Amino acid sequence: MKLTLKIWRQKSAQDKGRMVDYQLDDVSPDMSFLEMLDVLNQQLIDNGDDPVAFDHDCREGICGMCSLYINGEAHGPDRGITTCQLHMRMFDDGDTIYIEPFRAKAFPVIKDLVVDRSSFDRIQHAGGFISVNTSGNTIDANAIPISKHAADEAMDAATCIGCGACVASCKNSSAMLFVSAKVSQFALLPQGQVEAADRVMNMVKQMDEEGFGNCTNTGACEVECPKGISLENIARMNREYLSASLKG
Amino acid sequence: MSILDSKVPEGPLADKWTNHKNTIDLVNPANKRLIDVIVVGTGLAGGSAAATLAELGYNVKAFCYQDSPRRAHSIAAQGGINAAKNYQGDGDSNYRLFYDTVKGGDYRSREANVYRLAEVSSNIIDQCVAQGVPFARDYGGLLDNRSFGGVLVSRTFYAKGQTGQQLLLGAYSAMNRQIGRGKIKMYNRHEMLDVVIVDGKARGIITRNLVTGEIERHAAHAVVLGTGGYGNVFYLSTNAMGSNVTAAWKAHKRGAFFANPCYTQIHPTCIPVSGDHQSKLTLMSESLRNDGRIWVPKKKEDVQAIREGKLKPTDLAEEDRDYYLERRYPAFGNLVPRDVASRAAKERCDAGYGVNATGEAVYLDFAAAIERYGKEQAHVKGSDENDKALVKKLGKEIIKAKYGNLFQMYEKIVDQNPYETPMMIYPAVHYTMGGVWVDYNLMTTVPGLYCIGEANFSDHGANRLGASALMQGLADGYFVLPYTIGDYLADDIRTGPISTETSEFEGSERAVRELLDKLVSNNGGKSVDHFHKKLGKIMWNKCGMSRNEKELKEAIQEIKALREEFWKDVKVPGGANEYNEELAKAMRVADFLELGELFAKDALYREESAGGHFREEYQTEEGEAKRRKEFQFVSAWEYKGAPSDAVLHKEDLVYKNIEVKERSYK
Repeated sequence: MKLTLKIWRQKSAQDKGRMVDYQLDDVSPDMSFLEMLDVLNQQLIDNGDDPVAFDHDCREGICGMCSLYINGEAHGPDRGITTCQLHMRMFDDGDTIYIEPFRAKAFPVIKDLVVDRSSFDRIQHAGGFISVNTSGNTIDANAIPISKHAADEAMDAATCIGCGACVASCKNSSAMLFVSAKVSQFALLPQGQVEAADRVMNMVKQMDEEGFGNCTNTGACEVECPKGISLENIARMNREYLSASLKG
Repeated sequence: MSILDSKVPEGPLADKWTNHKNTIDLVNPANKRLIDVIVVGTGLAGGSAAATLAELGYNVKAFCYQDSPRRAHSIAAQGGINAAKNYQGDGDSNYRLFYDTVKGGDYRSREANVYRLAEVSSNIIDQCVAQGVPFARDYGGLLDNRSFGGVLVSRTFYAKGQTGQQLLLGAYSAMNRQIGRGKIKMYNRHEMLDVVIVDGKARGIITRNLVTGEIERHAAHAVVLGTGGYGNVFYLSTNAMGSNVTAAWKAHKRGAFFANPCYTQIHPTCIPVSGDHQSKLTLMSESLRNDGRIWVPKKKEDVQAIREGKLKPTDLAEEDRDYYLERRYPAFGNLVPRDVASRAAKERCDAGYGVNATGEAVYLDFAAAIERYGKEQAHVKGSDENDKALVKKLGKEIIKAKYGNLFQMYEKIVDQNPYETPMMIYPAVHYTMGGVWVDYNLMTTVPGLYCIGEANFSDHGANRLGASALMQGLADGYFVLPYTIGDYLADDIRTGPISTETSEFEGSERAVRELLDKLVSNNGGKSVDHFHKKLGKIMWNKCGMSRNEKELKEAIQEIKALREEFWKDVKVPGGANEYNEELAKAMRVADFLELGELFAKDALYREESAGGHFREEYQTEEGEAKRRKEFQFVSAWEYKGAPSDAVLHKEDLVYKNIEVKERSYK
């Protein structure tokens, strides 16, 4: 396959940045999208140019590090996958592909396609945990039965990989899907009940301070989420937040 | 007498850990506030250690190269975590978990460490449930278990095919609680490039900020490495792209002995290589072997027809299939340990029975399981058990609930639907049992320098059983290191803060800067990946699933030559004081090029076959690994300059509570 790539290049956070065109021949349909970028970078290095910076690590769709906005969609045209799981067979010979970073005020660009998502970490610091010491002095794991339904639902929420595709896809750059996934996981489990009210208040407060937008129920986040995190989680977080607010 | 002291406590096996905890020194809570600890790596071992040490009151500085601690590669572990809970009532116990692990490791691990691991395993599950880890449950609301290779009980706890993710997010949440309280100071996108030794003790590290390129000095009273394994020395592995040996290797160069580097785990069920562009390999969890049956065709003409696309595997009759694991190992069948399953796949493929174009793939087939589950469900629902379409539909639903994410992963990569046609799999490098040598307290040969999780030479001997890595990482971080490190730090309560303005820090920093400058000003002709791929080929072909004297000797020479070529001709674009991924990669590959040679040297020295280390010269008539009593020791290598100069120290392995015998899974 021959491709034309239009890639966002930005030297640093201070640089303005611009789209740059590249031609790439000999792309195999069995390559992953990131392997295609490896080939491009090899070409750039051989020519003495600066390779394109992009985040990636596990390359199997679970670490959440890769974060490309491809042809106007977070993680590209396929569904239920991260960028590293996208394969070139999804494209045709002669295609032009636009590659940009995940864009949001709370995700400043570090270089080229690499963004700073530490705002996500700070939301987790504010309440994304159960306050139990790690000494192992807890009750037996089977002491509190948890219905399979609740455990499965908590697991579905907990599969969030923190990639930020929800934010990049949202016209308001809202982080509601990400935050609600964590709030839901703990709200669904008996272990998380004790501090549920504080948790949701603190996490939402931090989310707002980081400069994420509000949710207007467009649902783009759910469509683009590589792990299929459901919008129901946002509804659940809103309920949790409301009841926590009423408790004062 | 060896200079290695394992410091295993006296007393009966089952009492050692308790007695040890009762007698070691403690640091009182007020004094813990005066003590700083550095933790490098934030996977299951590093993350759980950082959280627990901070909770105890120490001031923790934690470092990871990723953009968030949540992305450490423990996240990719799929299948599960072992614990001797005996919830299934199938005869499990601490002793049995200990026994299975020592036997699985082919009698090359330290008895006392493994028993302690088994002993604390149950507590890990309690802890994780309390943290909100959503393990799989049955309809009664209790925890579910599955079975893994090399054992005869169901003791593996799991969260779909994402157990590592859920456990890591548990440790990450415990870290977040401490980061929020200010007890952990987190340094993301930082790479450790040296350990600083002051008066013979580890007192700090030198790091590079991967965003700005800034070189930083960090001081502490003790340094903990939880930096994972070195599987990427093979270039292609199931490790993350950034996984590296640098932290462990720098520790080695500063005096920490490196143990059993040749013990590598080649995992039997990975997606086969598709072409030269390949950057990494993807694992298909061992849990799939609970329900998948492994086979190749019996006849060569069928193999040929399949390769040419003229025959579909589903068209092949039962009697024309060779379920070679079930044939060779009737007692354990498809659930033999990983080293055995990998070698068996290689044996069939080398004999010409591989089922894809490259001849390096075997089938993992779920048709039988889909039918079995389907019939079960039809029966439960009161439907017709002979309705084939219905049975298939119901069976697929069960398989989807159990392994849905793995099947999706497979389909996305290979573009085939594994519910309809068998998966193709082949062994790939997955885990390294070797690593930094540690004593019972998890301290390396450098005082104050600890090593935990996969990075140490650990509890797995020459082969690790499935679902044991997560267990070891969390055991080390949550329950072992937080006790043992106190014994060492008790002497440091009056030391006061460690200064970074000393000649030792200056020397380490200078050495790091010189390396970086050399790389960016080298003006060579070939990229970092060029060298890494070449190294990987040497390792895979000559130090891979089977090894022999001749090829190991060749490997040593070839790696040495490649290393020299690297330093002459590597090309690293950009500068040292900026975001520069090529430079970060070059630093890692430089260390792999040294480790690779020591690896081959260790494999050459070990004239026996044990677990993942298979020497062709030492095998039984049936082609099974043949251990030799003379090699019942840990090889711990001391750094003396070039890898060829490394000096061997032996730690003899003594088995008092388990009978050393030939490992049989028949």
